[in-house]
Amino acid sequence: MVSENLVKDVVSEPYKYGFVTDIETEKISKGLNEDTIRLISNKKEEPEYLLNFRLNAFKKWQKMVEPNWADLGYKNIDYQDIIYYSAPKQKEKISSLDEVDPKLLETFDKLGIPLTEQKKLTNVAVDAVFDSVSIATTFRKELAEHGVIFCSISEAVKDHSDLIEKYLGSVVPANDNYFAALNSAVFSDGSFVYIPKGVTCPMDLSSYFRINSGDSGQFERTLIIAEESSSVSYLEGCTAPMFDTNTLHAAVVELIALDDASIKYSTVQNWYAGNEEGVGGIFNFVTKRGKCLGKRSKISWSQVETGSAITWKYPSCLLLGEESVGEFYSVALTNNLQQADTGTKMIHIGPKTKSTIVSKGISAGNSVNSYRGLVKMGSKAFGSRNYSQCDSMLIGDQAAANTFPYIQSQQPNAEIEHEASTCRISEDQLFYLQSRGIEFEEAVSMMVSGFCRDVFNQLPMEFAAEADKLLALKLEGSVG
Amino acid sequence: MQSKTKELDPILEVNNLFASTEDLPILKGVNISVKPGEIHAIMGRNGCGKSTLSKIIAGHPSYKITKGEIKFSGQNIQSLEPEERAQSGIFLGFQYPIEIPGVSNLEFLRVATNARRKFLKKEELDTFDFEDLVKEKLDLVKMDSAFLSRSINQGFSGGEKKRNEILQMALLEPRIAILDETDSGLDIDALRIVASGIKKISNEQTGIILITHYQRLLDEIKPDYVHVMSDGQIIKTGESDLALELEKHGYEWTDNFSRHSK
Repeated sequence: MVSENLVKDVVSEPYKYGFVTDIETEKISKGLNEDTIRLISNKKEEPEYLLNFRLNAFKKWQKMVEPNWADLGYKNIDYQDIIYYSAPKQKEKISSLDEVDPKLLETFDKLGIPLTEQKKLTNVAVDAVFDSVSIATTFRKELAEHGVIFCSISEAVKDHSDLIEKYLGSVVPANDNYFAALNSAVFSDGSFVYIPKGVTCPMDLSSYFRINSGDSGQFERTLIIAEESSSVSYLEGCTAPMFDTNTLHAAVVELIALDDASIKYSTVQNWYAGNEEGVGGIFNFVTKRGKCLGKRSKISWSQVETGSAITWKYPSCLLLGEESVGEFYSVALTNNLQQADTGTKMIHIGPKTKSTIVSKGISAGNSVNSYRGLVKMGSKAFGSRNYSQCDSMLIGDQAAANTFPYIQSQQPNAEIEHEASTCRISEDQLFYLQSRGIEFEEAVSMMVSGFCRDVFNQLPMEFAAEADKLLALKLEGSVG
Repeated sequence: MQSKTKELDPILEVNNLFASTEDLPILKGVNISVKPGEIHAIMGRNGCGKSTLSKIIAGHPSYKITKGEIKFSGQNIQSLEPEERAQSGIFLGFQYPIEIPGVSNLEFLRVATNARRKFLKKEELDTFDFEDLVKEKLDLVKMDSAFLSRSINQGFSGGEKKRNEILQMALLEPRIAILDETDSGLDIDALRIVASGIKKISNEQTGIILITHYQRLLDEIKPDYVHVMSDGQIIKTGESDLALELEKHGYEWTDNFSRHSK
């Protein structure tokens, strides 16, 4: 599957995905105003309600201020210096994969995501997104036989407009926060998933996001709807070339689970992190939220965050349905001058809802790694429970780790448990492993994967192996 | 015993070794030579430098050699990393084996064993073959296989930790094993198990250094030589009866031997 190739690539070089694909692209000019939005919407031949959704979001965004409460420091982003739409030039209507520009297929091949019929991965369907557009989605026919819809969100706007109109913005409203509002105004592409009633999706679904261009931002939007008693496991991976400028990535992901439905959403984020001096790298400002609308529904987020110069991301669950379940399993690793402020929000609204948070932060080099999480028990959430565990591991003596747990309860009959710990890899532990013949780097990586085990156990198997290798690689040379 | 090993070259030689940590001198001219098949005991008060000597031989980064040398199989090992020393056959049984949460004992033992096997140009073992091997060695120290699925030393009792050390020694088949107070904190039964494990593992190719305070370990494993250490030096060397004398008179008796050669 995806990751097996990725693993091989990952271990061979520090940042193997730093290449740029030389391809003719259609870019609009830099800057953002109402005309930019009309232009994007027009290019995508969108219905009026969607244009209004965008314009409305833009108006709200203009009145908002960029948040500064996170423990992050970075130069101001000039929103007029970004290109909001960039797409590789292709034939207007592509009827089969054979018509996709070979250069694009080659790019995804190189990333370990072959798309063509002969080579495509056998047990996972992939939606490949390149800058602002979706290039291809595999296994659509096979999935359609089960009634599963898996396509780019642009296609969904055309072919499944009723679902888009009903659900887009229903979990993350356009004015939710600064970056979500920006995304709602200018989002270009992303993945759409619909699992009909009673269907267990026959294979894992996966989106692979590739930023290629250095001066355009990526604003993708993902929407996953799981009808009653359905279930799906969705994976996402991301890489970008090495540029010495910072590229903005502001995505929105919305998940909706109805009665007895379950969605598992796993991410391995490996955007370019900048170099050792902190030059370049992706600014990753992402809003991910799932709504457990139905009774006994379940949404589970697992993430391995290793890339990006800055990560600002709080995959959250709104637990409305009675006995619904939210989970968040996270490993965030920062090295050199990377900064991460990440965590989750578990909002318990319905009765007897349950949530689990397991967060493992590893900071090495001069990096800063913060966990920020909110657990809220609403007045009707009687009999609800939360368990949170936030552990930090420090490597070296220049790295920093913070934990900011926020707890709000309006329901006396709800239980909230929070555990936190901080540890440092000690010289004596390393010496113990070394004195048994285990190489220094391997000793570190054994201890780091041991630390992350609770989270890795939650990842799809191939993803877990990839994550393990990725961490080892990111830490190379960071100890000692 | 002495005649048996007379013609062999020493496996470990420590020559006039001076070492310090954070500029504090700890070893002040240690000499010791161990041949294959020999068992040496080092005794002495707390703080006399016994543990430091063992850690320096294993390559602990906190100590600095200021003078003298350590030779293993005739080679000066000062520039070798701890893992290289271990792979080539130096084993240190720790006085206080450290706990490493999250790392499975079984996986750790397998990686360590394979690192040693790789050095010996033996085939590395896969999970199944390794489990067969480790189960056989578990019997030597009367450990239950449940230990294997736990994290390294985590939640182990003092005796279990020490048995885990001997299990590692059995798997790694070292050429020189330095066992730092392996007997401390053990009750009589545990001591017998550990001692019988060491005896079963020891052979004519392996040199053993036992660092201990007590005669009772030496009742179980009879040393060829006993060294008394004081203030960073070996001040007296004798045969196994020296340990009995020490037991009788206490360390005060050795104060008369001090011969500081500064």
